[in-house]
Amino acid sequence: MSGLLTPEMLAHVGRSRPPRTEPVTRRDIRKYAIASGQRLRKYLDGDEAPPLFHVALFWDVVEKDDLLPDGVSVDPLLPDLPLKRAMAGGITVRYHRPVRPGDTLVAVRTLTDLYEKTGRSGALLFYEVTLEITLESGEPVLTEKTTRLLR
Amino acid sequence: MIDLETLAVGTVLPGREHRPDEVDLFLYNAALWNAHRIHYDQAYATGVEGYPGLVVPGPQLGDWLTQVVLEWLGDDGVLVEFEYSNRRAAYAGETLRAGGRVSRIDPERSEVGLELEVRNARDEVITPGSAIVRLGGTRA
Repeated sequence: MSGLLTPEMLAHVGRSRPPRTEPVTRRDIRKYAIASGQRLRKYLDGDEAPPLFHVALFWDVVEKDDLLPDGVSVDPLLPDLPLKRAMAGGITVRYHRPVRPGDTLVAVRTLTDLYEKTGRSGALLFYEVTLEITLESGEPVLTEKTTRLLR
Repeated sequence: MIDLETLAVGTVLPGREHRPDEVDLFLYNAALWNAHRIHYDQAYATGVEGYPGLVVPGPQLGDWLTQVVLEWLGDDGVLVEFEYSNRRAAYAGETLRAGGRVSRIDPERSEVGLELEVRNARDEVITPGSAIVRLGGTRA
C-alpha cells in the first residue's frame, strides 16, 4: 500500500449529502426520453420514466462559479483526493418501482467506500457512492451504486 | 410474448445501431445539466484533453443498453436489476452497436438474466453490462 489515503479522507466514508427532493414532470421525462434516443411511446410521451431518468433528475444543478474550467462540478461528497483522473466507472441499479409524472422523489447520496490498490501502472483509488431514491412516504424506488476509479 | 418454456440461453436480443452526432450530445447533456466540455467543445476535447473527438457521455451508452432490454421485454415483465461499466470511450460520429443475449433463465423466480454490450466499429466492447428481468409479475 502506498498510503495515499489519510485518516481525514477515510473519515468521509459513511457521510451523506442532505436529502434532495425533486418532483417528476412529464416534460422532464419527455426531454430525457428524446435526448437519450428512446423509441417506446410510454417514455416518449412521458407516461413512465426510462430506467436511467434519475441520472438526469438528480444531476447536480450548480451555479456557474462552481464549475471548474473543464465544465465539471466538484462532488461535495468526496474529500480532496490525491489522484484526480477519473477512469472507468461502473453502475449497478436495483429497481423497486416505476417512476411516473406526479411522483415526488427523495434522493440521498452516501459515500459508502473509499480504498486504494496498486495496479500495474501505479496507485489507484476506488470509491463507491450509493444513491437511495424513495417516494416521500419512504417507499423504495431504486438503489444505485456507482464505483469510480481514479489514477 | 416472451415464453420461459421456449426461451433459451444464448437467444440474441434485437440490437440497435447508434451514430451519435453533435445534436444528440447536446440534447443528452442539456437534459442532465452536464457542462463537461469534452461533450460539446471540439477544440477543448481534442486540443486540451487530447481526445480524437467529442466524447459520448458514459451514462448515454448505459442507457442504450437499457433500451435493448426494454424494447425486447415490452410489457411482458419488469426490469429488476441493471448494471454497466464504461471501459472505453466513444466519440461523436462513430457507429456503435448496442445488443444483448439471454445468459440465464430461472423458471422458479420467472427471472431472465441478460448480457449486454455496446461495441464500436472495431468490434471492441466499450460498454459491457447485464440485467435481470422478471417476467409476468412485479418487482416485489
